Amino acid sequence: MVAEFLQFLFSGLTVGATYALAALGFAIIYNSSRVINFAQGEFIMLGGMSAVALTGLGIPLSVAIVLAIAVAGAVGALIEKFAIEPAGRADVVPLIIITIGASLVVRGLVQVVLGKGTHALGAFSGEKPFVIAGATLLPQSLWVMGVATLVVAALGWFFGYTRLGKAMLATSHNTLAAELVGINTRSVLLLSFVLSGALGAVGGILLAPITYTSYDVGIMLGLKGFVAATLGGLGSGMGAVVGGLLLGVLEAMTAGYISSAYKDAMPFVLILLVLFFMPNGLFGAKTIDRV
Amino acid sequence: MNKLSSSTLGLLVLAAVLLCLPLVLPNTFYYDVAIRIAINAVVAIGLNLLIGYTGQISLGHAGFFGLGAYASAILTSRYGWPSALALVAAASAIALLALLVARPVLRLKGHYLAMATLGLGIIIMIVLTNESAFTGGPDGLAVPALVLFGWEVSGEKSWYAVCAVALLLMAWTAINLINAPGGRSLQAIHGSEIAAFAVGVDVTAMKIRVFVLSAVIASVMGSLSAHYVGFITPGIAGFHHSIELVTMVVLGGMASVFGSIVGAVLLTLLPQFLSTLEGWETVAFGLVLMASMIFLPKGVVPTLRARLRRGAA
Amino acid sequence: MKKRTLIALAAVWVAMLALPAAAQSKDPIRIGAVLSTTGPAGYLGDPQLKTLQTYLAQINQEGGVLGRKLELVHYDDASEAGKANGFAKRLIDDDKVDFLIAGTTTGATMAMAPLVEKAGIPLISLSGAVVVVEPVKKWIFKTPHTDRMAAEKVFEDMKKRGFNKVGLLSETSGFGQSGAKETKLVAQKYGITLVADETYGPKDTDTTAQLTKIRGVTGIQALLVFGLGQGPAVVTKNAAQLGMKLPLYQSHGVASNEFLKLAGPAAEGVRMPSPALLVANSLAANDPQRPLVTSYAATYWKQYKDEPSTFGGYALDALMLGLHAIKTAGGTNKEAVRNALEKTRGFMGTTGQFNMSATDHMGLDLSAFRMVEVKNGGWSLLK
Repeated sequence: MVAEFLQFLFSGLTVGATYALAALGFAIIYNSSRVINFAQGEFIMLGGMSAVALTGLGIPLSVAIVLAIAVAGAVGALIEKFAIEPAGRADVVPLIIITIGASLVVRGLVQVVLGKGTHALGAFSGEKPFVIAGATLLPQSLWVMGVATLVVAALGWFFGYTRLGKAMLATSHNTLAAELVGINTRSVLLLSFVLSGALGAVGGILLAPITYTSYDVGIMLGLKGFVAATLGGLGSGMGAVVGGLLLGVLEAMTAGYISSAYKDAMPFVLILLVLFFMPNGLFGAKTIDRV
Repeated sequence: MNKLSSSTLGLLVLAAVLLCLPLVLPNTFYYDVAIRIAINAVVAIGLNLLIGYTGQISLGHAGFFGLGAYASAILTSRYGWPSALALVAAASAIALLALLVARPVLRLKGHYLAMATLGLGIIIMIVLTNESAFTGGPDGLAVPALVLFGWEVSGEKSWYAVCAVALLLMAWTAINLINAPGGRSLQAIHGSEIAAFAVGVDVTAMKIRVFVLSAVIASVMGSLSAHYVGFITPGIAGFHHSIELVTMVVLGGMASVFGSIVGAVLLTLLPQFLSTLEGWETVAFGLVLMASMIFLPKGVVPTLRARLRRGAA
Repeated sequence: MKKRTLIALAAVWVAMLALPAAAQSKDPIRIGAVLSTTGPAGYLGDPQLKTLQTYLAQINQEGGVLGRKLELVHYDDASEAGKANGFAKRLIDDDKVDFLIAGTTTGATMAMAPLVEKAGIPLISLSGAVVVVEPVKKWIFKTPHTDRMAAEKVFEDMKKRGFNKVGLLSETSGFGQSGAKETKLVAQKYGITLVADETYGPKDTDTTAQLTKIRGVTGIQALLVFGLGQGPAVVTKNAAQLGMKLPLYQSHGVASNEFLKLAGPAAEGVRMPSPALLVANSLAANDPQRPLVTSYAATYWKQYKDEPSTFGGYALDALMLGLHAIKTAGGTNKEAVRNALEKTRGFMGTTGQFNMSATDHMGLDLSAFRMVEVKNGGWSLLK
């Protein structure tokens, strides 16, 4: 009984950590630009696929990981430069379509260049699982949860204690005021895309040894990351992390205790329920619109 | 007064085009494309009322389309209902569902509304995929022919007639809805929701009514599409289809009935042209989406209209 | 001497130029294909298209069929059955093809079926479910084994090992759902009771929940996993992670080296039914399938530097069957080709030996499946 529950919990936390990183990526971009970046899922995919491609070329794993993160960050910058900036002050719906278009371009290019197969990345420290109270835990899961925690902590320090981070936060609160005090909001926007790209990639690379990667893993991961971000309240960093973990665990519990077929529906049912009772998400601030 | 006559002119042009098209279409494949365009156009007009006029985003409208299709398919093939009755029953059921979800969903704003409608659409698709005993699962379901008042609609030419009539009807209804006294409140909400509320328009009731109407339209066209193609799979309720529909509305021009028709034409023809690109279709489609939103954010028809007006002035 | 040689060479050269000109004066044979080269079934359709293209070029180089060149018109349905329907219309009405090789997925085939039957054009399908040929449709044939045969082959082996309490873990994809249905239908015939029935999604990244439930069932002796692509590999890895000692069977959906790459050492001991292509080099020297499958593997490798997949093999068989029927019928008259297809007997393909008939539009029997086991990271043919 306990072993079963623990097993579901471990797998839920593992996948939840990746959702959390994806949700953070959404939150960072949303904060600096009010854009919902539907291409976020593709950053996750790029991380895993690039790492696979690079190790396939003979590059050692640690170097491949760094390069893969850089690639995703670069793609983020490209999307900002060629999709978001030209759009200017577009409305919500055209912006959504633009980011969806961008995600298709990224996915399509990977499909052409790297093919349609599924690929495995080698586990970082072997595959022998730990046994804890009757449930098994893969070493890779510990990597996922550990690195994700480190990343979140690093981001917390970055936003709270560095000038650049604080500048980004300022931009998210009030773009005009930030510009007035001399913050280059253009650069902040670019940086937020690069950062989100890197975050997504980290999640993708961490998870690839457990879940494999292919050119189309970004679709569902991106959507669920979006759900997690919305769950926690769009724009709230902590909300994103909590949302992601909660989503992963609830998904695993649904698969284990209710129905494995409806596991994928659960995140969306959850978001509907939460939004009906808390229209601004769990941690979201009440927004005031000027008319 | 000016607006009315331009709309009537537009309707006449539409009718003329629909009447003359059969004279130039070379074979049944082209009729097939025309029929698919017409079906998409009707759904797009309905969706435009929701997105363009009342300003509510719906990223899950394909869900209603799919539900209509499956309801019709299941009632006619598994329970032997006459197809016309099944269509009406499906539409009524969808209307009820839309009514139920409308109130809580429409309280949401912006991205939260987008998320809620997205979630709805995906849940519908997952249910359709999993309940294979009813729906045939991912491998789909065959659909018997449509019988309208004793006439079995079969063959591309008959279906073209049915869809052309449906399109004309929808365009005419939408224009009248917008220009009628009740429709003025619709335009008011489009202008500014708060202002409309301030002058006494029951914004919430209006939004709910339009939401249900657009859902019913999607359901009816879903049923018709199911009978036409003769086979349905859960993919028709999926996210990709919802995005296609929204793009038709936005690309054609929000709050423009003829814009939706143009959008439907463009988006339905696009995959046919892209099919020659072997391997690059996804990239090309993505580029088209991006380019059209960046360079024509107001949509094709409103941008053209503005250019013409500037040219005339 | 030099002058005479030159004239002789010139004469031969002119003659060689005249020959293709003579051949081109006839209409090409147009083959229409609707395959899923993108979308979830993309990795199935991709080798199918590549196989068709490679062999068409090869056959054309060798002079074509009945003195006519082959031409391929193909569209990608992006794994969506509705699109397949539209493209089939285009092929039949606009491109006016002579026969169709189409339907990577069962959904796509079934979506095209009413059109094909109405238009009266032969369609050779590449999809797996038994519903494509049962009930038999006049114009529709298929080359892959049915999912029912896969289940039967597995149960045959399970019975041999004395297993009668078995669990089923099926994918919610079309392939998995259809496979689950057929599995449940034939279980009794082999004296097997299904004591567990769980599902997982094709893109699921973790199935430990389902496996934990299955492990808990008392008296369970083996597990059959019915899925395609990465899902079964995830299941296999999870099973190893959980330390499950339950004998694992997979379906022919993962009879590919990709499965070995993905599942790694966890795949050791897994058994599945597979077309001969997978164990081409282990076939007996006098095995009638050996020359064909080894030549296909070599040709594909030469062109694409990649191993051929069994899915590509289905496409090759469809192409060869279609061309064989055209040769037999002496032309591309659709009714004649259809009749010739139906009368195909003893035709050796990469998937097996085809014996079509008016009541059997697939033509394979259980012997076309080989039972294989993963040993030392490679495939081992079981007797």
